[in-house]
Amino acid sequence: MKYLDEFRDPVAAKALVDNIRRTATRPWTIMEVCGGQTHSIIRNGIDQLLDGVVEFIHGPGCPVCVTPLEMIDRALEIAARDDVIFCSFGDMLRVPGSREDLFSVRARGGDVRIVYSPLDATRIAADNPDKQVVFFGVGFETTAPANAMSILHAQRLGLTNFSMLVSHVLVPPAMRAILSSPTNRVQGFLAAGHVCTVMGMGEYGPLVEEFGVPIVVTGFEPLDLLEGVRQVVEILEAGTPELRNAYPRAVTAVGNTVAQQALADVFAVTDRQWRGIGMIPKSGWTLAPRYAEFDAELKFGVGQLTVAESAECHAGEVLQGLLKPNECPAFGKSCTPRTPLGATMVSSEGACAAYYQFRRLAAGAGV
Amino acid sequence: MRRTTSSDGWLREPVSEAGPGADPSNWVCPMPLRDTKRIVMGHGGGGILSEELIENLFLPAFGSAGGPSRDSAVLSVSTGRIALTTDSYVVNPLFFPGGNIGDLAVNGTINDLACSGAQPLALTAGFILEEGLEIEVLGAVAQAMGRAAAAAGVGIVTGDTKVVGRGGADGLFVNTAGVGVVPDGLRIGPEQARPGDHILVSGPIGEHGVAIMSVREGIDFGTTVTTDSAPLHRLVAAMLAALTDQGEDPNHLHALRDPTRGGLVAAIVEIARSARVGVVLDERAIPVPETVASACGFLGLDPLQVANEGKMVAFVDPAHSEAVLAAMRLRPEGAGAVIIGRAVEEHPGMVVVRTAFGTTRVVERELGEQLPRIC
Amino acid sequence: MCLGIPGKVTDIWEESGTRMSTVDFGGTTKTVCLAYLPDMEIGEYTIVHAGFAITRLDEASANETLQMFADLGILEEELGGAEDQSSRSA
Repeated sequence: MKYLDEFRDPVAAKALVDNIRRTATRPWTIMEVCGGQTHSIIRNGIDQLLDGVVEFIHGPGCPVCVTPLEMIDRALEIAARDDVIFCSFGDMLRVPGSREDLFSVRARGGDVRIVYSPLDATRIAADNPDKQVVFFGVGFETTAPANAMSILHAQRLGLTNFSMLVSHVLVPPAMRAILSSPTNRVQGFLAAGHVCTVMGMGEYGPLVEEFGVPIVVTGFEPLDLLEGVRQVVEILEAGTPELRNAYPRAVTAVGNTVAQQALADVFAVTDRQWRGIGMIPKSGWTLAPRYAEFDAELKFGVGQLTVAESAECHAGEVLQGLLKPNECPAFGKSCTPRTPLGATMVSSEGACAAYYQFRRLAAGAGV
Repeated sequence: MRRTTSSDGWLREPVSEAGPGADPSNWVCPMPLRDTKRIVMGHGGGGILSEELIENLFLPAFGSAGGPSRDSAVLSVSTGRIALTTDSYVVNPLFFPGGNIGDLAVNGTINDLACSGAQPLALTAGFILEEGLEIEVLGAVAQAMGRAAAAAGVGIVTGDTKVVGRGGADGLFVNTAGVGVVPDGLRIGPEQARPGDHILVSGPIGEHGVAIMSVREGIDFGTTVTTDSAPLHRLVAAMLAALTDQGEDPNHLHALRDPTRGGLVAAIVEIARSARVGVVLDERAIPVPETVASACGFLGLDPLQVANEGKMVAFVDPAHSEAVLAAMRLRPEGAGAVIIGRAVEEHPGMVVVRTAFGTTRVVERELGEQLPRIC
Repeated sequence: MCLGIPGKVTDIWEESGTRMSTVDFGGTTKTVCLAYLPDMEIGEYTIVHAGFAITRLDEASANETLQMFADLGILEEELGGAEDQSSRSA
């Protein structure tokens, strides 16, 4: 596949790894924020290639993992209603709420459907005028433009039976929260490439200035990740923090201004709970008041649910890089991919799920 | 890509991309049926409507028109061991690029028999039909089954039909049982795999699953991928003959499995666990067509977990794998056969993939269904 | 987050006032909304996420990056050779 396969070339990967090992005079701790990057690192063994010179702390970049418990429970309540067709991205279906997940709601008779795009949900709404169609609008800034456009599309079509349960989260405030934490160990960041494709790079300069850490906008393929790490290590060794773009084929400094205009119109900034981390101020988007008719929380009156997380689940500390998954007392015992306590074990990019798979081999454990 | 949905919701494929047997409107009823377009409860009642359906739809499709009707089919077998298998087919949609639930059912059951090294003898076909199912849909499915059985040289010798109320069956469910004869002395089974075995796959993976997903509502996409559904008993016979023709023990072919639901990973993990051997696969050796890779890429799926319906995985004694491989490649259904890895003593029960970068990752079966990702 | 892969735009049309396209990902085609890339043309490459094209993929930039990797490869080979030599003569 063009512009994909070339960025997976093992020969170039070796050159990048050799360069990093030659440049580094000591080990460094780097965080990749984006779950898609975590997935690629684990899948390709990038961390194995850099063993001893780079320690990766996997950041809270999986919107599936950080969707607050209350929001999952709201989704479950809406999806269980007879008059509702509940549409969602596939990864959300197995995320546990306080009692169950969307799969179980479907098993009980709820009409829960997987879609690839929110536009599929608007199409379902147009085809089913006698039902309420609700789309679970989770994601970072990368997914928000798709969700925004489907709202505008629904408005243009005059749909009265379409609404969205919005739970967007924003990357820069999360990075700020991590950097502000007294227990922070992160020395450099790989910024989320596709988030920056939409939003540009403007929000990261201030973070570099304020906290003195290098931030390198990075892509997702093995060569992209290695190049991002290479640049972070280069900057760290030089001692002067910088913001750089290691994904120039997809990211520009200003980003996609057409998308940004739609986002500014459809969404409003809000404080947001991050599952396992807590409340991060101004770190989320909710629907702007002028689009209130499409807000599922208002339409179904589920805004007041509050719930408590399982006390056994340490996903928050894992997400902040304070605990390795296998250091959690529940890991592999009461918490497994089959019986997950928290979202980091459910999602294929969650650090706990990743560790459950590949660490078993390193520990020599059989089945 | 424009799909059409008929008034009762059945997805219709444009004929050009679907292949033979996939467009029910091509089916012509060979014998007069009472003037009814749809299945009604009476068709499962055992009375005149049932008999008409059997005589005028099923028997002509299965190539056994005429002859006395019996409650059970009686078959002659030489002494030896019988292989018996059963499967139910509930795939949705019923028609997909390259095939339908009918040929899937026939080939899938034949392949289960082939995994024991058995020569398939006969199949059954049991139907659970939803009230309201269009007769022409049933006719097209039955015809496809008859054609697939004829192509495989195996008869559909008995069957059953029941009808359930609307909403009870997603259109049509098929159950097939298959019976076959296992040659004396043959001991193929997952528990026979040994450390050192070479692991072979008969051809490129991921085609069936991608073909199905491409017509599934919510994630449909345009593709040239068609199902790889095919009977593999002749391939297995050729693999065994490659050994016996040279005077070698056929049991050097240790284990066979067809990687259906759960894909290549599920089949190999199950053998690894049964035999308590570890497995190392070479990612670069696993054949994934670009069309499958790109579909999996945009959906966020792993081709190793995607279903196949015309592929075989084999664990073979390493001293004999080249002979087996050569025999596979002489057959059309094995033309793309390659060695993709080996069984090892270490990490028993666990399957590890070695990437192009020399790194490793453990692969495990999905908990349930594969889910397309945004992340 | 952000599973987005590159594909080539092969067709563009309007549907209810929204710009839509067919994108080819190397054998798989998908209908993709082009509303956020009003200047996108047939034959160009884009990155698609959740049914939307979110950016033009800059082919020249991609090739520059690949060239940079190739140059780095040559450099590392030379340095690797030089290090072997110096460690042997030490």
